[in-house]
Amino acid sequence: MQLTDLTLLELAAKLASGEVTSVEATQACLARISQVDGKVKAFLRLDERGALAAAEASDARRKSGNPHGPFDGVPVAVKDIFLTEGVETTCASRILKGFVPPYDATPVRLLKEAGMPILGKLNQDEFAMGSSNESSAYGPCHNPWDVTRTPGGSSGGSAAALAAREVFGTLGTDTGGSIRQPAALTNTVGLKPTYGRVSRYGVISYASSLDAPGPMARTVGDVAALMKVLARHDPLDSTSAPADVPDYLADLEQGVAGLKLGVPREYFVEGMDPEVEASVRSALKEYERLGATLVDVSLPHTKYALATYYLLAPAEASSNLARYDGVRYGHRARDVKGLKDMYGMTRDEGFGPEVKRRIMLGTYALSAGYYDAYYLKAQKVRTLIREDFTKAFAQVDALVTPTSPVPAFKLGEKVNDPLSMYLMDVCTLPCNLAGLPGLSLPCGFTKAGLPIGLQLMGRPFDEAKLLRIARAFEREHDFTRRLAPI
Amino acid sequence: MKLTVEQVRHVATLARLSLTPEEEERYATQLSAILDAVAQLQELDVSGVEPTSHATLASSLLREDVTRPSLPPEKSLANAPAKVGTSFAVPKILE
Repeated sequence: MQLTDLTLLELAAKLASGEVTSVEATQACLARISQVDGKVKAFLRLDERGALAAAEASDARRKSGNPHGPFDGVPVAVKDIFLTEGVETTCASRILKGFVPPYDATPVRLLKEAGMPILGKLNQDEFAMGSSNESSAYGPCHNPWDVTRTPGGSSGGSAAALAAREVFGTLGTDTGGSIRQPAALTNTVGLKPTYGRVSRYGVISYASSLDAPGPMARTVGDVAALMKVLARHDPLDSTSAPADVPDYLADLEQGVAGLKLGVPREYFVEGMDPEVEASVRSALKEYERLGATLVDVSLPHTKYALATYYLLAPAEASSNLARYDGVRYGHRARDVKGLKDMYGMTRDEGFGPEVKRRIMLGTYALSAGYYDAYYLKAQKVRTLIREDFTKAFAQVDALVTPTSPVPAFKLGEKVNDPLSMYLMDVCTLPCNLAGLPGLSLPCGFTKAGLPIGLQLMGRPFDEAKLLRIARAFEREHDFTRRLAPI
Repeated sequence: MKLTVEQVRHVATLARLSLTPEEEERYATQLSAILDAVAQLQELDVSGVEPTSHATLASSLLREDVTRPSLPPEKSLANAPAKVGTSFAVPKILE
């Protein structure tokens, strides 16, 4: 077994026992990246020097008996949407090419304070807008299970780097499923925390009322470990929740006996891949065998979630992305005739097609005469979707659904059909509209060897229970132990 | 709902995007298809339903009104495409 095949928790144990040093682990990751990333394209840029310096500092702390907690020295990497002081951050967009942030995003700062070397910045859809990582201005990321296919998006690089065993843990963000869908397509585990649980400070905004940074890793325990580092109130983010933070590793092995798991009938959508449905149904039976009670529930407004999301998220994006005007940072168009021309040309040159499409859609939905019919209406439907969840959670502890209706599709297959691409988020985005925690874990493979994901959704701030439910399934199967053939 | 190229051009002006004629045509087609799909919301009666702007926040959280250090000018200006002294420079608006 190679060092990079270890899980995050296994490596942490070896670091604690002195069997392995952080420098050795970091060098093993860099060697693995050098070996496979030419095919995967998970990294947009490496910070080799910074990661090795952090690893050396970690080893020195270990040697003197003062590690910064249990994960000191474990190498990780972060999606390019997170600001990293002194390291170029582009959000996979041409408009931010060359931008070097003057400070760290809070989740990045917390990783550093935990002593975790950050190997570099991971590929993603431009400004997190997409479900296949194909809208990255720097080229698509490839799925380590089949490099002709997408790893999902927008946190495609965060998922692919894990599946390719280039790194032990990653950060992603989830606005409509961007942590969970790529986790499902790459046989990894991804947690979208409750809105407000993990700080958004220094995370480049897409749709502010929906964006949720969160951890991704290869096993449920590893995700729980990262949540221990990331979950806390941040006074720098006015939407950060001052809620109590449990020990996510403490109750992980408690099992599901006595829990009630809801199965919302609306999530088994028309057009779902039969192999995905079969795996998810099989997982449901497994939960029953493990002592959970399955409860048939209905979330009647689910069918309106896609339309609601694709009005609200672009509306917020059109506002958030107004800041990219070529004045303070990023790209500026040359040879312009005055200020207005500079704005227009800068933005036209800097943004890719998907970003422009969503800015246009959002601007239209917010414009005079259409605000009530589109934006306000969607905000009201969002209330109905939230109420559906509230009623469901009065009956059950968590909901179990497919994560993605299909396994990883071929790169290029949906890129010219925005509506077909938007359907990839159909199972994940209601969770964002309601601000709830959601987790995706591996639950099987298709006959062609493509991973299938199972989604769990919970009550606000109930991430610990989701991790416990996920772990109960993981313990019975070897899915998270299977290695991608790369 | 069919969006015309003129409407696309108007929205692009509002969004500060200088689109090419090809982009205007493409977005007219694609945005029309998306607006047709989201028109499904119109079948719902939402009279009396309060809008949700943030799913989990009961109210805005305010910081204490005290001064704190901010980024020094050299850091704020470090990524500026053009600058003059301690200011961001932009093309002239007035001759």
